[in-house]
Amino acid sequence: MMPTPDLTQAFLELIRRAATDLPPDVEQALRDAREKEAAGSAAQSALDTILQNVAIARQRSTPICQDTGTPIAYFHYPAGWSTLKLKAQFEAALKEATKKAYLRPNAVDPVTGKNTGDNVGSGTPVLHFEEWEKDYLEVDLMLKGGGCENVSTQYSLPNAELKAGRDLEGVRRVALDAVYKAQGKGCAPGFLGISVGGDRGVSYFVAKEQLFRKLDETSANPEVAAVEQRITAEANQLGIGPMGFGGQTTVLATQIGIPHRHPASFFVTVAYMCWAHRRRSLTWRAGEYHID
Amino acid sequence: MPALTLPASDQAVAALKVGDTVYVSGVMFTARDAAHKYMVENFCKGNPPPASELGLYELLKRELNGGALYHCGPVVRQVDGRWQFVSAGPTTSAREEVYEDLVIAHFNVKLIIGKGGMGPRTLKACQDHTAVYLHAIGGAGSLIAESVEEVIDVYKKDEFGAPEAFWKIRVKDFPAVVTMDSHGNSLHAVVEQQSKAKLAELLA
Repeated sequence: MMPTPDLTQAFLELIRRAATDLPPDVEQALRDAREKEAAGSAAQSALDTILQNVAIARQRSTPICQDTGTPIAYFHYPAGWSTLKLKAQFEAALKEATKKAYLRPNAVDPVTGKNTGDNVGSGTPVLHFEEWEKDYLEVDLMLKGGGCENVSTQYSLPNAELKAGRDLEGVRRVALDAVYKAQGKGCAPGFLGISVGGDRGVSYFVAKEQLFRKLDETSANPEVAAVEQRITAEANQLGIGPMGFGGQTTVLATQIGIPHRHPASFFVTVAYMCWAHRRRSLTWRAGEYHID
Repeated sequence: MPALTLPASDQAVAALKVGDTVYVSGVMFTARDAAHKYMVENFCKGNPPPASELGLYELLKRELNGGALYHCGPVVRQVDGRWQFVSAGPTTSAREEVYEDLVIAHFNVKLIIGKGGMGPRTLKACQDHTAVYLHAIGGAGSLIAESVEEVIDVYKKDEFGAPEAFWKIRVKDFPAVVTMDSHGNSLHAVVEQQSKAKLAELLA
């Protein structure tokens, strides 16, 4: 059995990349959106600024957005590794990343308002650990900003007001309602991770997990895949546009997960992710690491 | 390039219309949730400011007259004892809706800069006191930080934490779009109405 190696430096690099270097599929989606907006519109100008900012952040190794978010990481590790050690190393990397100004300190005591100053606190970072049968480590990290987290939401179906029943049509109805309510406040154009099913907690967990999928990865269930597509297309008809300035592009992708539910419950959770969709993945194998 | 220099005159502010792009230069203060709550509770409720806060009150009273508040919690670093803004885009302004009209009225603030727009109370205050809401591009933290020429000072950093502190900064050609003007127009209200009608259609 392999002893847990010290990955603090690799984690620091993972955090730096996530905060400063937008993934290629996300950047391409923003470029495509720019082409869809009218020449000279406020929407197109906003996307131009966004793309310019992405280039500057990458070049200077500075945070794309000053809200470097809540770090959410999923660890898949080989048998026998210590999750206690991985957690300690990841937290050490977060502290170092905060010192290096890759991250803003974002852990605030809800009662006293005191900021811990280093991004480590009770309940944060959000780390999930799962052992797997492979012989290498994989860590998927997302930095999720507060603005888009605030417009994320959960529905319990049926919902009479939206005439949303317990089926995929109901899912479509509440998802569009969530996008309408968010307006530009989640930093549109955004990405929707949706969970249909689970209990309330699992539903949020699975909704966020969808946001780790590559943008071209549609649901394996063809019915669900069709709804994913339809929600994106119809959300864009709402005309909210980049930053809520009005325009053609409001949602760039919708991805749905379907955990099993209790017979009495039917939760639909919409995790909204801002355009600055900062997710990176680290694999560590036989002493070498690689970041995607 | 449509430029706006701080402190801004009523005349310059009244000339701005929804949809205009402006480039702001001069001295402004960042202020978000903790700073707004602090200003309203200590200074805007008609009671004399607490003795312990008098110094900051007088400074804000002087500097915000004709000035700008920026809804922003920056990423900062200190180089050779001097603060720098590393990434400094806007935060969601809607959270300050309950405070902003009182702050505009009390301090004669002319520009509120943030993202996502604000509601009817702030729109009315913009009309009553000739102020505007400027929308900066959310998430464009590295780019906007380039327009921050100098971090002049910081107040309440230990108490509120770095993101929530009042940062006094000098900016040059800070880019933003007017989305609420001093004539009662709000792009946010228009987009919300239009998208509401479209939603009703899609859910019919």
